[in-house]
Amino acid sequence: MSGYIEPIIGRYIHVEIGGETHRIYFEENGKGIPLVCLHTAGSDNRQWRHLLTDEEFARDYRIIAFDMPFHGKSNPPAGWSGEEYQLTTARYTETIRAFCRALKLEKPVVMGCSIGGRIVLNLAIDHAAEFRALIGLEAADFQAPWYDTAWLNRPDVHGGEVCAALVSGLIAPQSPDAARRETLWAYKQGGPGVFKGDLYFYRVDGDLRGRVAGIDTKVCPLYLLTGEYDFSCMPEDTRRTAASIPGASVTIMEEVGHFPMSENPAQFRRYIAPVLGEIARASSLSTKQGAYA
Amino acid sequence: MSSAPDAVDAAVIEAFSRIPVWLERSEALVARGRYLDCDCLLGPVEQPFHVAIRSGRIVDLTPAPVLMRSWRFSYRATSPAWAHYWQPMPRPGWHDLLALTKRGEAVLEGDLHSFMANLQYFKDLLALPRQYARAAA
Repeated sequence: MSGYIEPIIGRYIHVEIGGETHRIYFEENGKGIPLVCLHTAGSDNRQWRHLLTDEEFARDYRIIAFDMPFHGKSNPPAGWSGEEYQLTTARYTETIRAFCRALKLEKPVVMGCSIGGRIVLNLAIDHAAEFRALIGLEAADFQAPWYDTAWLNRPDVHGGEVCAALVSGLIAPQSPDAARRETLWAYKQGGPGVFKGDLYFYRVDGDLRGRVAGIDTKVCPLYLLTGEYDFSCMPEDTRRTAASIPGASVTIMEEVGHFPMSENPAQFRRYIAPVLGEIARASSLSTKQGAYA
Repeated sequence: MSSAPDAVDAAVIEAFSRIPVWLERSEALVARGRYLDCDCLLGPVEQPFHVAIRSGRIVDLTPAPVLMRSWRFSYRATSPAWAHYWQPMPRPGWHDLLALTKRGEAVLEGDLHSFMANLQYFKDLLALPRQYARAAA
């Protein structure tokens, strides 16, 4: 319908990260439990637009999705002098916590996908008491590499084309064409070397094998959901990770790949609605909360 | 790698031999490869084809081996892997060229620059039988 305005509101917040002010772009909708959503490597918060406009979820949740620095509309900080972007476990963790503090969020739920799923595990290891619940999509403590990230940023290969072509295989064949194209579009728009720099965290710095056993799901519930068509973070990677975490919830999502929230929002909703319902019910005495169709 | 019955081998080879014709029907794919000139080796592990691509078009496709014929890169998969890859709705882990390499059902060798710089072209080129053929799984 021409003229329809979506309920999403986008604003910038100044967040101090690593001693420097970053201008972070975030979008939000809804009222209630803060739900902070983390995009995948090399993409941005547009991946969450369908969740952000879900009327039922927005009744119980303040749904928030921000662009990581260097991604989407969160520019590199003013002090950046052009050096290679490289995300580390410590920097990623600090960024999320600083963003939550800057917005004064009280015990938010954090849901992240891919690198966002991996960092959620690190939040569960080191900062569980700060969060109401943690949700990792396409999350594992480690997964075997399947390509050399050096191809992602070199002058004789188009970065946008190769990034999108690589991740295109991680989308399930059942996902609608328009959603597939939109998911890949974000990869075609990423800054040079940003996807590669995110994967430094994923491939090199963020190996959590041997650490996840320390997660206490009594302090903070942990939900892990992985798409059956994700051959990067394979279902067995998630199951192996969860096997060493007592109380972790694991769901394998059918007909979904590595980008559930953007490649097939309707299918993803079937799986995330019960999770968000459970968290909402646990957070309130109201029986109406979390009763999603 | 898994072994394949002869019927699957024959169906896969037949499908490969028709890829140049199917490519000609796919104007958008030819356009995507318009800057690509490459001699490569593609197909089943044991019976691949030398493929000569010029401006996105396959100008020659000849069964290997050809005496002293060079190739820049090679992507070869088992016949069952091709048959799975070409299913209308391929199963998880059999649905992408690099999923096949990760699971050990395909090998990617040589100078990969042309392959990586034109990755979506090669993914779509090698998926043409999904649309045009029904290889036995």
